[in-house]
Amino acid sequence: MTVPILEIKDLCLSYFTRAGEIPAVVDFNLTLNEGETAGLVGESGCGKSTVALAIMNYLGDNGGIVGGSIKFKGRDIVTMSKEELRRLRGADIAMVYQEPMAALNPSMTIGRQLAEVPICHEGVDMATALKRAEELLDAVRLPDAKRILAAYPHQISGGQQQRVVIAMALLSKPSLLLLDEPTTALDVTVEAGIVELIADLGHDFGTSNLYISHNLGLIRETCDRVFVMYSGEVVEEGSIDEVFQSTRHPYTTGLFSAIPMPGSDKYDRPLVPIRGQLPLPHLRPKGCNFGPRCDHFEAGRCDNRRIPLDRLSEAPRPHAVRCIRWDEIDWEAYRPDVTMVEQMEPGERVLRVEEMQKYYEITDRSFAAMLRGKNIRFVKANESLSFDARRQQTVAIVGESGCGKSTFAKVLMGLETATEGRIRFNGDDIADLPVEQRSPEQIGSLQMVFQNPNETLNPSHTVGSQIARVIKKFGIETDARKIEQRVFKLLDTVKLPRDFANRRPRQLSGGQKQRVGIARAFAGNPAMVIADEPVSALDVSVQAAVTQLLMEIQRDHGTTLLFISHDLSVVRYLADRIVVMYLGQIMEQGTTDEVFSPPYHPYTEALLSAVPIADTSFEKRRIVLEGDLPSAMNTPPGCPFASRCQRHLGDICDTTPPPIVEPEPGHRIACHIPLAELQAVPPVFSQKDDGDGGDTPVVAA
Amino acid sequence: MTDNAIRSARPSKIMQYLRRAALIRESWVGSIGLGIIVFWVAMALLAPLLAPFPPNAQYVPFMAPGFNLPPTGTFWLGTDHLGRDILSRLMWGARTVLFYAPLATFCAYAVGILMGLAAGYKRGWIDDVLSRSADVILSFPILVLYVVIITTFGASGINIVLAVTFASAPGIMRIVRGLVLDLRNRDYVAAAQTRGESSLYIMFVEILPNARGPLIVDACLRVGYVIITIGVLGFLGLGLPPPDPDWGGMVNETRGMAMSFPHMTIFPCIAISSLVLGFNLLADGLREVSLRD
Repeated sequence: MTVPILEIKDLCLSYFTRAGEIPAVVDFNLTLNEGETAGLVGESGCGKSTVALAIMNYLGDNGGIVGGSIKFKGRDIVTMSKEELRRLRGADIAMVYQEPMAALNPSMTIGRQLAEVPICHEGVDMATALKRAEELLDAVRLPDAKRILAAYPHQISGGQQQRVVIAMALLSKPSLLLLDEPTTALDVTVEAGIVELIADLGHDFGTSNLYISHNLGLIRETCDRVFVMYSGEVVEEGSIDEVFQSTRHPYTTGLFSAIPMPGSDKYDRPLVPIRGQLPLPHLRPKGCNFGPRCDHFEAGRCDNRRIPLDRLSEAPRPHAVRCIRWDEIDWEAYRPDVTMVEQMEPGERVLRVEEMQKYYEITDRSFAAMLRGKNIRFVKANESLSFDARRQQTVAIVGESGCGKSTFAKVLMGLETATEGRIRFNGDDIADLPVEQRSPEQIGSLQMVFQNPNETLNPSHTVGSQIARVIKKFGIETDARKIEQRVFKLLDTVKLPRDFANRRPRQLSGGQKQRVGIARAFAGNPAMVIADEPVSALDVSVQAAVTQLLMEIQRDHGTTLLFISHDLSVVRYLADRIVVMYLGQIMEQGTTDEVFSPPYHPYTEALLSAVPIADTSFEKRRIVLEGDLPSAMNTPPGCPFASRCQRHLGDICDTTPPPIVEPEPGHRIACHIPLAELQAVPPVFSQKDDGDGGDTPVVAA
Repeated sequence: MTDNAIRSARPSKIMQYLRRAALIRESWVGSIGLGIIVFWVAMALLAPLLAPFPPNAQYVPFMAPGFNLPPTGTFWLGTDHLGRDILSRLMWGARTVLFYAPLATFCAYAVGILMGLAAGYKRGWIDDVLSRSADVILSFPILVLYVVIITTFGASGINIVLAVTFASAPGIMRIVRGLVLDLRNRDYVAAAQTRGESSLYIMFVEILPNARGPLIVDACLRVGYVIITIGVLGFLGLGLPPPDPDWGGMVNETRGMAMSFPHMTIFPCIAISSLVLGFNLLADGLREVSLRD
């Protein structure tokens, strides 16, 4: 038998802090053969990145390997000298980081940075190194490699940067590539391209890959074997099919029920959050780390001793689970407790956006522009937006970064005013009304939940005082006692203990902060709440809880929810109507069912196909878009999507704005392609035939 | 927990601040700095009790440290050219410096924070006007600025405060403006804007408290610089009018005789530099502690 590329045995890693030794990873085993891709999946704080750093023996000053061995091609990394490690890192083991912009040196051209690798590790001359760099840029499917070699990092897009980083990692022909969340910072359509590249790395370059991600769907699409980590331990490992189809650990099943899948539905199959929180490393419970959050917990057995990783078969690399009850639980029959939500009928119209337009003026202050006399240019952030939202309805605005969805939210909230058009909210036109000129009722009835949990609350004030301020501001209560009572009631609504009122934001977890943000938005009994990516920065198990909470409060208050997101799987789950935006314009809108089944706008089709799916019973068509988002400063005269469209017709797309066709009343598509042709497009997702048959042509049904 | 228990569990603001301030013990540099400052504050406060002689009373001139004059007492740090006890004058002089230096810094901060908040939050023409004025003031050599102001308005404590405020506020404004430019883009500021809060509320309640960390460190350093400034002004004869003790003035009056009677010059110099050092060490300590958590 050949020696595996990487063999980790009984690895224990600890961090040493003021509070003493904190075990970060315990008892970690992994074997990786040539050309294989293994995935490490888990939520933040589970130790997955620590493992990657340990493989490079690069844990930093306060981290250390306290036990076990890491064998790379049979040589133990733990006992290597500094010089040996230096020769190994970047040459035989390379790493790709999450933030491509931070991984590239902004003051050097791409070519020079790439050339450094072979010059440093192989001692070749500059010309040879540059030639090699160019070949690799071709290999990672970057068009126009010569231009990119001469460019500085800020001159190319995020997706191109990440391809450059991958090329740089591959330049020294490493046998092992560590990828730490390589697509998390990228847009979905760009991510799809990188994922495809990573999936092909194994047989194109012969590298073995260790792929670290929090996204089960991405792991499924890129890896051969998966390791699910929880609180410093591997809780389940196996091949993709074993882990995804016959899941045997309560945490893994919990993860699967917490993420929106093509089969889940907010009324029939709602998401199930995992209750509780990840224990802090020094407060881990006795026995099973997942015990306090587990539905199958049995006192006396699960909290008795450390749970070993149990092999399910005698195969050399079996499906293994760290649970003593895995063979007792009836996995097929198990249904976690969920609160079912009744279907809500949309009520009267609350919001009507008519031909709304927002241009930003950019004044070029340079002398050259002054001499030319043309110093004002426009950024077309929003171009003739029109749609409606009704009471109790959830309307989602979907699009990648730069599509103008956040600008629209700003106009709606009165932080900016529209350039043209009307926004009728409860009958009043608020398009030209900045927030200072709005009445307290108008302000109170239109509130917002923000994206970043760490920024949404002011770190200097207590949670209670921040909610109280909103109540005072909107004049709902004036008496101090009554305000306090209402703060407590709002904390109850978002399921936080009342004594959180005295806490400061830094004492709260991300999910808890986001709950306070929701409480604050609902303090003024709003008619409509805008949620700008409210869960995208949270861990999956927390995401489900916050999503469910948002839906519950919405139902209780009859609120209209305007949900802004780039994540189509969450949107599909949550929204009643969807508005798909690209470069400031609406490409398609309709009910969720209409948007998620043909006829699609080609952009919607590409977006759908880019979403990684963790459900193995579904198949999807792969569409990878070429190129990058054009600048909003000089939008194409024709269809904004023409430059990347996979169904590009010809000149007409580039020169003439597309007509709007309406296959159903309310379902609008802006495209030149004849409707009949769009209707003939097969669905992006389809259920695999071998399953339980029956309800095949799926998706939005 | 009942609602009343929650209410009573609310810790008082003062206790919170005291607890935060106690963290300085984690840094030995900061503790030493704080110790020096506390020493001088005690000297200043207790001067009427501790000082062996009245500060302006004249005895025997040019006496070396430790000179004993029965039955009056011992001159531990000697006497100056007019026969006044140096130790007593240092103690009384600490009062001047520890009153005017923090006061001047406080005034400079009040003006600088106002300007910085307005410039950073409002942007536009307000920012242009304030920033350009700051550039103009900062382009003067600071010492020249002090001399011009004090000679024009006369040497007095209040004018020292005015001069320091005028000369330091633009620098403080730049720091505050930089912090505000970063903080104004936070979501909690957007949340305040979208609920229709006034600009004043957002600047002072939402933004300013979050800028306090770097500002407190800078204020500590700046008190040190102001102590030097007051010393320099005293040395140039622009300090507090005689005969009241003023550390800079003490150096100035005796510097001609420093070769023959060094103790008359050295002790005031040590007093100035130890106090400045104290503030600098405290600033370092604060920075160290604040970076730690």
